Amino acid sequence: MAEKPKLHYFNGRGRMESIRWLLAAAGVEVRRGTLLYEQVPMVETDRMNLVETRAILRYIAAKYDLYGRNLKQQAWIDMYVEGLKDLSDMIMFFPLSLPEEKEMNLEHILARATTRFFPVYEKALRDHGQDFLVGNRLSWADIQLLEVILMAEECKPSVLEFMARISHIPTINKFLQLGSQRKPPLDEESIETVKNIFKFERGMFLKNMSTIVAEY
Amino acid sequence: MAAKPKLYYFDGRGRMESIRWLLAAAGVEFEEEFFETREQYEKLQKDGRLLFGQVPLVEIDGMALTQTRAILSYLAAKYNLYGKDLKERVRIDMYTDGTLDLMTMIMGGVFKPLAEKEETLASVVKSAKTRYFPVFEKILKDHGEDFLVGNKFSWADIQLLEAILMVEELDASVLSDFPLLKAFKTRISNIPTIKKFLQPGSQRKPPPDSHYVALVRKILQF
Repeated sequence: MAEKPKLHYFNGRGRMESIRWLLAAAGVEVRRGTLLYEQVPMVETDRMNLVETRAILRYIAAKYDLYGRNLKQQAWIDMYVEGLKDLSDMIMFFPLSLPEEKEMNLEHILARATTRFFPVYEKALRDHGQDFLVGNRLSWADIQLLEVILMAEECKPSVLEFMARISHIPTINKFLQLGSQRKPPLDEESIETVKNIFKFERGMFLKNMSTIVAEY
Repeated sequence: MAAKPKLYYFDGRGRMESIRWLLAAAGVEFEEEFFETREQYEKLQKDGRLLFGQVPLVEIDGMALTQTRAILSYLAAKYNLYGKDLKERVRIDMYTDGTLDLMTMIMGGVFKPLAEKEETLASVVKSAKTRYFPVFEKILKDHGEDFLVGNKFSWADIQLLEAILMVEELDASVLSDFPLLKAFKTRISNIPTIKKFLQPGSQRKPPPDSHYVALVRKILQF
């Protein structure tokens, strides 16, 4: 029997959360590792130590057949996922905002989500009328979108029909139930932990969007 | 005969440069349309060809591809520069994610106010010397092969060369402690398609100057 992948990270969402989601949706159980290595997230699987969030996600998506059936579908999945990354990064780092910037940052996130990002996915689903974003079957794009919708909803609650539809998938439902591997949003205590590990200062949010420059 | 891929961007490096490198290295001819006015850009947005309202845009195989990494992945796979199996591919992804991050820092750096820009670019050079280049030097040392992955030319090699040249523009001595990377640079630069791309008159773009920065600010309005 194949060995379970081992996830190395701190005990919070951060950049590992998307990986947990993808593995959960694929029905893959994981083991928890420790913060040993210089770069995180790090996933030990198939006798490799994988780093770089995107590389890890792509590998899992391909391995568990969540990456489309051909190159064109893969390109669409990549486009949808890449589009979400900007938004999810903004939300991920929102708790680290300076207190005086919190409201402005929140408005910015919500404006982006509702005018630039979510309409694209709404339109894609409406245009082809299928349940999933690409190729009429579950893919990494759907899982990533669900994750980001839920993150955005934690910022500001609202009901979206897409979320209700995709949550009927058994493995995702299991993950959403209590006691699953899903981590809560970053709270005060976790923020302190993250700050100490990565030596972040508050106010890093929105400054270095593409690459967070952190030392530890 | 298939139409040539068409690239829509500013007349400068930015996020399109890695795509130009990949196409050129693969020996694929491509056309380019450059934005000179805000109106041109808005028209593209209104036409609905920009999925998230952003460029780069590459029209290829009947698709309007956006999102830099999605485009690069597609091209790498299409032109057989993505390894022979999933395990080679994930290694290529790991390496290219790293080099692309490094280059994106430089790209973003040029838009900052002067003092911050200098700080950013200095920090990029430091990152290259202490975090990125040592990793690639070690990879080459460990397997002793000519290319980063699978003993075969791939997207990872193209992008590493591009990153090396870009950092050298900031600090010419950056490879002084990395003999294998020096040899790698020479070797990959001599691959015929790349050699051609490195010559004057190719579609390779020059480093960003104040004119480029002003143009992009005008068109993207920031």
